Amino acid sequence: MACLLLSIPKPLFGEVSDARVSHSRIGAYPTFVTLSAVIQTYQARIYVTLRPSVLDPAGTAVQSGLKHLGYDNVEQVRIGKYIELKLSAADADSARSQLDQICYQLLANPVIESYRFELTEVSTSLGTGAVS
Amino acid sequence: MKFGVTVFPGSNCDRDVAMVLRDLLRQPTRMVWHEESDLSDLDVVVIPGGFSYGDYLRCGAIARFSPVMQATIEHAQQGKLVLGICNGFQVLTEAGLLPGALMRNRDLHFVCDRISLKVERTDLPWTQNYQSGEVITLPIAHGEGCYYADADTLKQLEDTDQVLFRYCTPEGEITDRSNPNGSLNNIAGICDRRGNVLGMMPHPERAADPLLGGTDGIKLFEGVLARAAAIVS
Repeated sequence: MACLLLSIPKPLFGEVSDARVSHSRIGAYPTFVTLSAVIQTYQARIYVTLRPSVLDPAGTAVQSGLKHLGYDNVEQVRIGKYIELKLSAADADSARSQLDQICYQLLANPVIESYRFELTEVSTSLGTGAVS
Repeated sequence: MKFGVTVFPGSNCDRDVAMVLRDLLRQPTRMVWHEESDLSDLDVVVIPGGFSYGDYLRCGAIARFSPVMQATIEHAQQGKLVLGICNGFQVLTEAGLLPGALMRNRDLHFVCDRISLKVERTDLPWTQNYQSGEVITLPIAHGEGCYYADADTLKQLEDTDQVLFRYCTPEGEITDRSNPNGSLNNIAGICDRRGNVLGMMPHPERAADPLLGGTDGIKLFEGVLARAAAIVS
């Protein structure tokens, strides 16, 4: 089961797959998972940034400020959003699928923004009702 | 013709719109709380300006999921009229009723001013009381009014004449200097393919009462009524 959990997740939304830069894989996976009985809790760290083709006037202003401070070597300042959340899911793949939906539907506006996230398992608890 | 003005937590132009519709134009108008989901009695839904849900996350992002917006989407799909002003325009793009997005103004400032607009098309209820190419003056007040769409979407908007208002000089020239927020192609207002959904950053309701120093905006609302009159007669 553990190797199933470690399989590469498939993009859920083909049309936004270019928006998904990377999904870092952090944390160890349990080796005793039975999907029906165990629910994992995951910590997600989500980064929402403007698409490269979109101008970022705030980033440009910050870069200009840095230049005034003497940091002439700084380039391409881009400002984005960082969001943390916890979610429970049967396994990391389903957590990722759900996070893709969450980002696509609300956290990012695919017209102007792209996103990526990191997932960390934080605890394991027995699900209710199902015992195997 | 019955109007509904949606009210989200944080809307602040809802009463201005209602005052124009109810008191100046004498039209039946009701305020529609964001939790309502039945708009079947309404002919026109107006989404007013303001800061719905505090503009949290992105302007209009949370409002999009409210029950009243689900009902507004159905209303629009039936071909009925929907007008989004300022924050209402942002809500319409977030909801997917209009293409593109509204971003931080080019110079990062909140712009509160009176600007010149060119009316690009007059065959729709929204603009039929204007002359084609007419230059009008309306107030703007926004921090996120920079219209953006990818190149393909922008081309399609122009090819199908969906741009109704553009920022211009008082003489009607479309220039970079007359663009208050960096909007692509100086876009101030667009409609959907069918023309029944209009989103615009300028505030026509703030230029409707002569007491407030300008009446270029009232023609927009009168145009909507003229259409209703044409249908009845």
